[in-house]
Formats: sequence, C-alpha cells, structure tokens
Amino acid sequence: MFDEVAKFTIVGMEFHITKVTIVLFICVALILGFFIYAFRKPKLVPRGAQNVGEMGYLFIRDGISRDIIGKDGDKFVPFLFSFFFLIWLSNFMGIVPFAQIPVTSIFAIPVAFALIVYVTWVPLGVYRQGFKGFFGGMLFPPGVPKAMYVLLTPLEFLSNLIVRPATHAIRLFANMFAGHLLIATFSIAAFYLISPSIVGILGSAASFTVAVALTGFEALIQFLQAYIFTLLTAVYISGALHSEH
Amino acid sequence: MINVIAAAGTAVFAAGGEEEMPSVLAVPIDELIIGIIAFLIVFGGLAKFALPSIKRTLEERSDAIEGGIERAAKAEAEAKSLAEDYRAQLAAAREEAATIRTQAQADRAAIIEEARAEARTAAAQVTAQAEAQLAAERNQATAALTRQIGELAVDLAGRVVGQSLTNDATVRQTVEDFIADLERQAAGSDA
Repeated sequence: MFDEVAKFTIVGMEFHITKVTIVLFICVALILGFFIYAFRKPKLVPRGAQNVGEMGYLFIRDGISRDIIGKDGDKFVPFLFSFFFLIWLSNFMGIVPFAQIPVTSIFAIPVAFALIVYVTWVPLGVYRQGFKGFFGGMLFPPGVPKAMYVLLTPLEFLSNLIVRPATHAIRLFANMFAGHLLIATFSIAAFYLISPSIVGILGSAASFTVAVALTGFEALIQFLQAYIFTLLTAVYISGALHSEH
Repeated sequence: MINVIAAAGTAVFAAGGEEEMPSVLAVPIDELIIGIIAFLIVFGGLAKFALPSIKRTLEERSDAIEGGIERAAKAEAEAKSLAEDYRAQLAAAREEAATIRTQAQADRAAIIEEARAEARTAAAQVTAQAEAQLAAERNQATAALTRQIGELAVDLAGRVVGQSLTNDATVRQTVEDFIADLERQAAGSDA
C-alpha cells in the first residue's frame, strides 16, 4: 500500500517499515516528549507546557474518566489518556503537511487499539464481578421475562462481545479513511483539473477551496473521533467495573 | 458516487505501488503488532514518567486549596471563640466593677456609721466624765461646806453660850453628831 522504507524479520515475522509506521512512531515520540517535558517538574502553580498538559490531563480525568467511570476510574486515567492523545495525534497527521496520512486510517491500527481495549475490559469484568456475575449480567439482563432470553441472550452476546469491538475499531477507521479520501480526492482534482481554460481554472479553484474547507472540517472530526474512541473505552471499562444493575 | 470515491481511492493508493491493491480492510499481522507496540510505548512511558508526577501535583494542589479553606475556617472559629471570651471577660469585669462599687458604697455607709457611733460614744464618755467630776467636786464642796458650817455653828454656839464647847466631851459628841447628821443630810439630798 505504501512504499517500503525498510524491512526486518523478528522470530520469523516480517515487519515492513513504511511511511505509516514512521508517522506513527513520530506521534509516539511527540506525545512522550511533550508530556514528559511538560510534567517533568510539576509546580503547584502551573505555567507554560505544564498548563497545557494539565488541561489535557484534566480533560481526560474529569471530562471522561470521572464522568463515565467515577472516582474509582482514576487508575484508568493513564490508559484513557494514552489512547486519546495517541489517536488524536495519529488522526491529526492526516492534515499535517508532508505526513498527510491519518495513521488511524490504516485499518490495522484501530484494530490494534480496539483489541487492547477488548482484552482489557473483558478480563477486568471477570476479575471484578466474577465469571458468572459478569457474563450473567451481560447475557441475561435481569428484569426480563424468562422467555425473552431466547431472543435476548444471542443478541446481547453478539452486540457486546463481537459487534462492540468491531464497531469500536471500524468507527475510527472509517471516519479517518473517509476524511482522508475526501481531502485526497479534492486535492487531486484541484491538481488534475488545472488547465488554461475557464472550466479548468474554476474547477481547480473550486476543488482546492473544498479541499481546504474539508481540512478544517477534518480537524474537528479528528478530535471528535479520538474523543469518541476514548469515551467508549471508558464506558466499556465502567461496565466491567460496575455491575450494570 | 461510490465508484467515484473508489476510483479516487485507487488513484491515491496506486501512486504508492504497482502491485495489486490489497483490501483496505486487510489487517496485516505486522501492522497490528506495530500498532499495539506503539500504544504500549505511549502508555508505558506516560504511566511511568509523566502522569504520576502530575497526578501527585494535582492532589497536592487540591490539598493545598482544601487545606487553605480548612485553615481559614479554623482561624475564623478561633477568632470567634476569642471574641466570645473577650466579651465574657468584659462582662465579668463590668460585673465585678459594679460589685466593687456597691461594696464601696456599703462600706462607706458603714464607716460613716461607725465613725458617728464612735464619736457619739466618745462624746457620751466625755460628758459622763465631766458630769461625774462635777458631781464629785460638788460633793466635795458640799462636804467641805457642811463641815465648815458645822464648825462655824459650833463656834457660834460656843460664843453664844460663853464657854468653849470644844473641851467638853459630851458637847463635843453632840456637835460631832450634828455635823455628821448635816453631812448625811447633804449627802442624802445630793443623792
């Protein structure tokens, strides 16, 4: 899909280093670099980078973790925090010149993230509520006529354990992929339509304008999708921590 | 519409490589692992090096703010109790002053009364003494006069009779009796 920059093999598996891989690890480095710098010697009265970093931290802690999970969600703040900023920056790479690829529009990346969330909240639920309590509460919701379980249990199983992680990954991927395609389409159109004719110039200018507008719109979507992914992660963890009824 | 987008997508990705386009929904294991590793690096790095310090700082800050509020409340309570104490002390002092004043008034009255009584007693004593002395002197004078009158009377009687009455024991006894009688009369009238 992308030009391979390097290739290496670890325990019989080939790893292809492409532009996406490089951009992804630039995101990793930027996030680690910024937050370790910002929080290296935190002061009681914040200023500069600490102020910005703190805004991000409080956004995750108060706006997502405490809002969705509650006070006992505080120990999941680093988890949510990492997801939010890694995804946001990965998304943001879609409109950064020269990078211009939202890493999360490569399906494997959202799948990887959703998988991590999945293998976190399912064992967590079993650990906190017990196997029977967790799966029982999920598959046999109380307060329902017994006969309904014939219909309800397969549906709950499907929706909670199969569709949920799939949509978690696909939602992020599809949004970023679609956005990327739209911007790319209009950018390419602006490039290919240009010709010394009225139609060419108008068409090219219109395409360029739309591409610029879409870039602004994408900036919003990128934030929103990172937020939604993190929010859903918090919802899943909350469901695993607290029995639903 | 779908065709257009698909075509555009093909155009975008065709620029990358000549081989056949893999599905966009393909999940190569190596990319998956890279994604997982990327997240774990971010998570590990942040959870170990960045977030604990900011968490601690935020806790310290909220502690400081809550502590400040608590301290202020404590100081206010202290000030209030202190004011209460002062007010109580003031009231007590005022009461004490009033008591002292009343006591002083009572004392003054008592002292005046005492002094007056003393003066009265002293005056009475002086009066009594003077009276006693006067009486004693009068008695003395009366006694002396009586004796003199008696002697004069005897003297006069002797001259009238023409002989000395003093030498005769009987007469002398009579005179003595008379004088004693007189003295007794004087003493009796005096009493």
